[in-house]
Amino acid sequence: MEREHRLLVNGREHRVTTDPDRPLLDVLREDLELSGARYGCGEGECGACTVLIEGRATRTCITPVSDAQARAITTIEGLAQGDTLHPVQQAFLDEQALQCGYCIPGQILRAVDLLSAGGPPSRESIVAAMSEHICRCCNYPRILAAVEHAAGLAPATPQTGAES
Amino acid sequence: MTLDPDAADGGELERYELRERLPYRFQPNRRQAVQLLGAGMMLAVSVPVAAQQRRGGGGRGPQRAERLSERFHIGTDNIVTVLTSKVEVGQGSRTQLTQAAAEGLRLPPEQIRLVMADTELCPDDGGTAGSRTTPANVPRIRAAAVAARQALLELAAARWNVPPEQVRLADGQFVAHGDQRVTLGELASDADFAERWSREAGGGPDIAASEWTVLGTTLPNVKGRDSVTGAATFPSDVRRPGMLYGVVLRGPSLAARLQAIDLAPAEAMEGVTVVRDGDFVGCAATTSWRARQALDALAATARWEEPEQPSVATLFDDLKRTAEGGGGGRGGRDARGNPDSAFQQAAKRLEAEYTIAYIQHAPMEPRAAVAEWTDGKLTVWTGSQQPSRVRDQLAEAFRLRGDRVRVIVPDAGGGFGGKHSGEQAIEAARLAQAAGRPVSLRWTREEEFTWAYFRPAGVIEVRAGLNADGGLLTWDFTNYNSGGSALESSYLSEHSRARVQNSQSPLRQGSYRALASTANTFARECAIDELAGLAGADPLEFRLRHLPDGRQKDILSAVARKFDWHSKVRSQTDGRGVGIACGTEKGSYVASCAEVEERDGELRVLSVTTSYECGAIQNPGNLLNQVEGSLVMGLGGALFEEILYERGRILNGRFSEYRVPRISDVPELIVDLVNRPDLPSVGAGETPIIAIAPAIANAVFQASGERLRSLPMKLSGQRTAT
Ligand code: FES
Ligand code: FES
Repeated sequence: MEREHRLLVNGREHRVTTDPDRPLLDVLREDLELSGARYGCGEGECGACTVLIEGRATRTCITPVSDAQARAITTIEGLAQGDTLHPVQQAFLDEQALQCGYCIPGQILRAVDLLSAGGPPSRESIVAAMSEHICRCCNYPRILAAVEHAAGLAPATPQTGAES
Repeated sequence: MTLDPDAADGGELERYELRERLPYRFQPNRRQAVQLLGAGMMLAVSVPVAAQQRRGGGGRGPQRAERLSERFHIGTDNIVTVLTSKVEVGQGSRTQLTQAAAEGLRLPPEQIRLVMADTELCPDDGGTAGSRTTPANVPRIRAAAVAARQALLELAAARWNVPPEQVRLADGQFVAHGDQRVTLGELASDADFAERWSREAGGGPDIAASEWTVLGTTLPNVKGRDSVTGAATFPSDVRRPGMLYGVVLRGPSLAARLQAIDLAPAEAMEGVTVVRDGDFVGCAATTSWRARQALDALAATARWEEPEQPSVATLFDDLKRTAEGGGGGRGGRDARGNPDSAFQQAAKRLEAEYTIAYIQHAPMEPRAAVAEWTDGKLTVWTGSQQPSRVRDQLAEAFRLRGDRVRVIVPDAGGGFGGKHSGEQAIEAARLAQAAGRPVSLRWTREEEFTWAYFRPAGVIEVRAGLNADGGLLTWDFTNYNSGGSALESSYLSEHSRARVQNSQSPLRQGSYRALASTANTFARECAIDELAGLAGADPLEFRLRHLPDGRQKDILSAVARKFDWHSKVRSQTDGRGVGIACGTEKGSYVASCAEVEERDGELRVLSVTTSYECGAIQNPGNLLNQVEGSLVMGLGGALFEEILYERGRILNGRFSEYRVPRISDVPELIVDLVNRPDLPSVGAGETPIIAIAPAIANAVFQASGERLRSLPMKLSGQRTAT
């Protein structure tokens, strides 16, 4: 049975009349036209659909829209302040942690959640958090470098030497 | 079937893709055909548009010189738009082609914009496959850009009545005598612009790597900002006014045939369009949720007939049993001497069999398409590596002339050779035709794992022998089904033979990153390691002894230095081992060393060092991404990826059941990019994947004494690696 839902997304209020069991991912993409949260598996395994709900990284493919009511949702579209990128976005750009880019919004939002805990995380905790996500371009070395960079740690410098 | 190795893609696609038929046969739509052709005529066969429409020398059709106007548009905003049929699926083609155009035009990259993969606008450079963009399209676009720059210089010179040599480009403007300045946009509105712009784009002098100013540097991904802000529009993100969401009914097993279905329950649902056309059943609705509910209602009434279907348990027997024999395919390549009698005479012999599982590309974005019909003309936005092939398939499926179909490929979420087909485009178009509104269709992950084609499985037999002084005497290599890429061995042997046997593949199979090179390099490099063992030689020294001088040997030496092979061999402790492997494919060269640890039946890859050489490096940063990505992707195929199926059902068609590499699987990675500015650049998105698996397998042998001869590798008593 359809019901009206009050959603607070990126600081704006929306009223969406829909089935309460419908995944938040579909509502964001189809009703609110926010396509930065993406489908990768639909079963909570890949993290492509991640947004922040009250600051915590949440997989929207397995979150019914009714669970997200009246809670502050931040999608990738709402992370930058105007033209100024969030430091994690900037770090992904600086470290070129993107190939096709499809998984990247989810990865960034996971890192934002991790780093918001305060205090620099250990490499182990970065790996543990980021291993919730799949990047099929397997861009993991750059992703690790980006998160460490954002955390203010020394980035893992690319171990490459160009020789003639 | 012999393939033309010079074709833009044909030489690199495996045979099976060229045989595939359309996934659906739709009933003719009489009204639409009449509209197109006028009353009284009925279009029976679609026009073969491929040959007609291939242009620009990238396709296989007759070559015609392209004009500057087909390749470049100049805007009043001083932006040069470059048109190409190539697609961006994460390999960096958009950025590298931007560099190529900037290099030739001598303009800053910010003044270049690419329109890619639009069959209506772009000259046909062929599909995106076989690592052809770097060696074929970068030089073509660079040379065309040189010609374009010359035309612009002449236009500016004519304006001021000075010789073209006195015109310079500075800060994106044309300048003469210091104070004469004209912008690109102003030049494009000159009266003679159109005439000059109709001149041929080719034939200009190319720019040698030593002269590069934009190529050869790390231009960051030109769409990077859109990626991190969510602004990027992938095929599954495309929105059209009034768009519906579509889903397609799939059978319970791969060969199931629909016997009966009741459409009424779904048709009774509000706002749902239901289509049954031959074997095709699907629905479209205002949300994907509702479409899915309608599909569930349909599925509940469907009756299927399921024939006897194969299971993975008999896969390798099936491949050998159905081998066509007689050498087949590219059989008997590289034949020398008499491998059979030499094998009998050898002082030491190796007979080994290697097996390769089916794996799935599983690009992060599944197949997706948005289709829209306007006045009998069809436009489809879709994630495919082959826009013009998809256009031809749509034309055939809907009995349209090729120029009534437009295919646009927005930068897509991964390909890896897995998106050469266009079934999703046909499905979306059929639903949109019925609904009279645009339809967006995105395969589920389970659909992608089940109905997309797989990387071929294979069996490889090696029979090889050594002479009395431990040298390679004979080499006989037979690949069943997995394909002919990198089939030939680079190792010198008096007697040799390399064959492919085509088999009946139980599953639908197609391209994959580096195709069969991964399988062939795995078998060859593992067997060479075993032969080194039989000869009592160090695996590196044995390889060096048998490789002719050249790039393969150079890259092997490079990785041995970088890894410090000999001292690593000496310093191995119990349960640890190091391995080495090398290979070549599509003109580039790779060598990898791996260090592994085996403890209580668990295998851990501690580090991988890879040296890679692909000629003159065009973008070191993008190259590093491609090499690292290939290596980690290769780790999946080496250690855990494998499609399981039973009686036509895929048993592990989701990420919770099919393990792919995650960040926690990544070992210490050391990548050594060897630049050869003296050599032409070749593509680098594929080849770095081929040497990691055998390097690991050879290291496992040093660590545990066990020879692992399957992909994925399985230690005895232990199914998966950690
Ligand atoms: S789509 Fe939600 S976790 Fe994969
Ligand atoms: S960048 Fe392509 S899936 Fe992560």
